[in-house]
Amino acid sequence: MEERKPAHVLRSFKYAGFMNEELRNLSLSGHVGFDSLPDQLVNKSTSQGFCFNILCVGETGIGKSTLMDTLFNTKFESDPATHNEPGVRLKARSYELQESNVRLKLTIVDTVGFGDQINKDDSYKPIVEYIDAQFEAYLQEELKIKRSLFNYHDTRIHACLYFIAPTGHSLKSLDLVTMKKLDSKVNIIPIIAKADTIAKNELHKFKSKIMSELVSNGVQIYQFPTDEETVAEINATMSVHLPFAVVGSTEEVKIGNKMAKARQYPWGVVQVENENHCDFVKLREMLIRVNMEDLREQTHTRHYELYRRCKLEEMGFKDTDPDSKPFSLQETYEAKRNEFLGELQKKEEEMRQMFVMRVKEKEAELKEAEKELHEKFDLLKRTHQEEKKKVEDKKKELEEEVNNFQKKKAAAQLLQSQAQQSGAQQTKKDKDKKNASFT
Amino acid sequence: MDPLRRSPSPCLSSRPSSPSTPPCEMLGPVGIEAVLDQLKIKAMKMGFEFNIMVVGQSGLGKSTMVNTLFKSKVWKSNPPGLGVPTPQTLQLHSLTHVIEEKGVKLKLTVTDTPGFGDQINNDNCWDPILGYINEQYEQYLQEEILITRQRHIPDTRVHCCVYFVPPTGHCLRPLDIEFLQRLCRTVNVVPVIARADSLTMEERETFRRRIQQNLRTHCIDVYPQMCFDEDINDKILNSKLRDRIPFAVVGADQEHLVNGRCVLGRKTKWGIIEVENMAHCEFPLLRDLLIRSHLQDLKDITHNIHYENYRVIRLNESHLLPRGPGWVNLAPASPGQLTTPRTFKVCRGAHDDSDDEF
Repeated sequence: MEERKPAHVLRSFKYAGFMNEELRNLSLSGHVGFDSLPDQLVNKSTSQGFCFNILCVGETGIGKSTLMDTLFNTKFESDPATHNEPGVRLKARSYELQESNVRLKLTIVDTVGFGDQINKDDSYKPIVEYIDAQFEAYLQEELKIKRSLFNYHDTRIHACLYFIAPTGHSLKSLDLVTMKKLDSKVNIIPIIAKADTIAKNELHKFKSKIMSELVSNGVQIYQFPTDEETVAEINATMSVHLPFAVVGSTEEVKIGNKMAKARQYPWGVVQVENENHCDFVKLREMLIRVNMEDLREQTHTRHYELYRRCKLEEMGFKDTDPDSKPFSLQETYEAKRNEFLGELQKKEEEMRQMFVMRVKEKEAELKEAEKELHEKFDLLKRTHQEEKKKVEDKKKELEEEVNNFQKKKAAAQLLQSQAQQSGAQQTKKDKDKKNASFT
Repeated sequence: MDPLRRSPSPCLSSRPSSPSTPPCEMLGPVGIEAVLDQLKIKAMKMGFEFNIMVVGQSGLGKSTMVNTLFKSKVWKSNPPGLGVPTPQTLQLHSLTHVIEEKGVKLKLTVTDTPGFGDQINNDNCWDPILGYINEQYEQYLQEEILITRQRHIPDTRVHCCVYFVPPTGHCLRPLDIEFLQRLCRTVNVVPVIARADSLTMEERETFRRRIQQNLRTHCIDVYPQMCFDEDINDKILNSKLRDRIPFAVVGADQEHLVNGRCVLGRKTKWGIIEVENMAHCEFPLLRDLLIRSHLQDLKDITHNIHYENYRVIRLNESHLLPRGPGWVNLAPASPGQLTTPRTFKVCRGAHDDSDDEF
């Protein structure tokens, strides 16, 4: 019997593992009823629904979309990608599937443009960034003070299907590099795409070559779990066939008296669900029917925890010092965040100040300009007035002159006419005198 | 706080599909439902944990009740405290067992509280209990914020607290009310009328109604809480339960022969009280609630709501701690802090009390 100390004394105890403890096993004398527990758990999970996210990595045209359509027996809407993409980008699409009472929120992430560029050095980067971004989003949610993890839409990638081109020789260096970068972040399941282009004997050699290359390069692909007896056997037998050589098809061909998914060639029909023709059925078994939950669990307990650990250590957290109490991750994170926010605020303030200052300056400038304009206008007005006055003065003068002139003219004319008249009289007198003298 | 769903609702989904996730028709079987079996296998392999706490004065039959619930001798025959002078402070007494039924392993932890309400002065007798509950939350929180976490954090948080109300027949006593008010904010509480064989059927009904009225008057929200009912199925199911809470229970761990059957019961001069007979007492209801139908739900509410509440308060409070030049440490919670939790579900009357104490 465990004696407990009085409750105000804190006491911590660690569990090594629940089943390994020296615990009393009680025998029950009747039916208690907690054998319904797994059902209670399953009911809860059913009503909440499941999330499953698959990442398809492979060159354009290798058959990723067709395989997804074939796997989930439906037509996901998408247009085929072109080969002109400048870089690799990831396109994620979510769908809700329901089978009997199980609701699955499926997200398929496609790598558009993978393998199309001339320089493929950075092809893996967008993929790694996407995966990290999903982990980051989950981490952020987990570190929040007020969080709601139980209805968080989990977008972390649970399985990565790596499509290997069916060359028949070996892995391309792009494949090796990409897989090496992804193996610690996601569960990789390599598959050989368009396997109907390889003959059976070549396929066997190809598979062993691929597996040996993966091993020699230290690429960690997803291991189907073999610790639980119910699935150990099937997982073990299936692992032997890795990488799965698959063929995808959404078209149906009549075979015998049934319609089956197949690809029709002049030389024969390749049946997708025929295990002699390709490993599609094995892939479906492993991915969905046997290991979906394990894939999700591995993502959460291994890859996500690794990411979290690295990220937190990077941010400078430690777990415990040998002699002092555990550091608090939460506080330090919050403190840093507040610091960061404070800095942001300061910067914002600065920018605001600068903005206000600039506005003031501009305003002052504009006011100056306005004043100048006013002044100019006034000046012009005055000058105009002055000119007008001058002109008017001149006009007056002119008018006066004209008047004078007219007067003078009139006077002159009068004199002239007078003079003419007296002259004319004189001439007439003279003439008369002359005439008189003649007679 | 978002409510949880309980029973399967195959067609109604309270999570509407958002415009970016269009529902897709599948033309044939894919095998998605195999994930349910995968879940079951995983759960059976990992085993389940359940922590229950029984609170009540001595002599109300708590230990016997636990034995009856789990059909085994959880406690050794002589409960501690019999013939021993009443302890001065409340001692919490916790036992862990692993029980297995049909391949399902359950790690059961039962915490007893001998000495509760037994003293002459029972002021603050709930403090050690609250302290214990919060200590479990604190442990879990510490494990959760580690950098290198364990794969499966051991869960010692109290999932359910069964409160034994003495069968006075009148109404809840002030001690009961005080205790229930404080505890309902931190843990799932299921009140039961103990030793119900001393009440007749009519007396039981009146007592029950009065207790329900008391609970309503003092805003005590016992399990199953109304605000966590999600869909219509839950509401119907839980309303029926809520109508019968507190259950009038009788505990017995001895078997007697009745009509040729071997049943658990109490033998008296005037008859045998069968524990599992619904006409005699409501023990089956309690058992079904705790074990057969709502166990997972109890755990979920503890994890998603009570634990999250505790976490929010704890993390917010730590901001009030003085900051050093380097890191801010999450100082160990002082006893005062742990015993008077302030949660969001506030009933103004009781809240002022706890503020004063703090």
